Amino acid sequence: MARRQAIENIMKSIDDEIVVCNIGFPSRELYDIKDRDKNFYMIGSMGLASSIGLGLALAKPDEDVVVIDGDGSLLMNMGSLVTVFANNPRNLTWIVIDNGAYGSTGNQDTYAQVLDLVDVAKGVGFKNAFNFEDISLKDVIESDDASFIVYNTEAGNSTAPIIDLGPIVIKTRFMNAIK
Amino acid sequence: MDSSEAIFNGLKDAGIDFIVSVPCVNLSKLLNMIDEDDEITHIPVTREEEGIGICAGAYLGGKKPAILMQNSGLGNSINALKSLTQLYKFPLLMIMSHRGTEGENICGQVPMGESTPRILEAMDFRFFKPANPEAAYEDIKLSWDLSVEDGKPVSVLLEIKYW
Repeated sequence: MARRQAIENIMKSIDDEIVVCNIGFPSRELYDIKDRDKNFYMIGSMGLASSIGLGLALAKPDEDVVVIDGDGSLLMNMGSLVTVFANNPRNLTWIVIDNGAYGSTGNQDTYAQVLDLVDVAKGVGFKNAFNFEDISLKDVIESDDASFIVYNTEAGNSTAPIIDLGPIVIKTRFMNAIK
Repeated sequence: MDSSEAIFNGLKDAGIDFIVSVPCVNLSKLLNMIDEDDEITHIPVTREEEGIGICAGAYLGGKKPAILMQNSGLGNSINALKSLTQLYKFPLLMIMSHRGTEGENICGQVPMGESTPRILEAMDFRFFKPANPEAAYEDIKLSWDLSVEDGKPVSVLLEIKYW
């Protein structure tokens, strides 16, 4: 199973939640699977999905925020693990799809292949650090602490097309949907 | 109104209610004032680039964000400021302690300090260099609206002699 199937499985648990999605194929695949106004698609700034999600979670305490991140992107912004943990927004659920590869640039290996990212998060202090296969996503979204979930998949991209929405359209419809 | 109070009052009157920071010794008093203000959410961050992402999310959620940092943090943030903040036209106020300027006693600050204004010019971002607290207050008070208008970050550089 590759990333696309993982995103399909994640979206089965998404109703009214905000979704922030990582740059590249993850956003393209999410857009292809289930476009919705409450999806924020990243077009640049690799590594910052969890930071955008943290800002949203802090600004919108009554909304549940789900971040769909990747292992390569997490490795680019490891400090975010510390900032998210220290602020512990209960409404933030951070899912890292770990395929051990920089998928959007040709599936080059990442160092996540030699890491257990759940152990990393537990080492930082996360109480809610899980493998996706061990949990009910909805239960975790509704828990009282920030959560970190690793979804292990194989590398590989689908044929999802490039998103045909511009950044201002993505922003405007997203902001209108969460007003 | 001392140098820190001027910035604080400018931020308040600009409506800033969400601040991320990486500290500078010159920002110490200001950071304390922000921590004591109940209307401002203050999130210290591990690296400035991360803060740019958090500010983007906070703006999407209805906040008026600012980042407080040394000018060294500009270097750590350039791609995010372009491919996130400017790309989506997110307004952002950047208050920078501008090290490496006249009076600097740490040589390591000088190369980045000398290049900082030209980096902002190359990025095509508006910036102010207020010489005194009165000017800083006026510049900061206006900066949020200018940032909304520009669809880009607006910076306020505070040189060593400012403090």
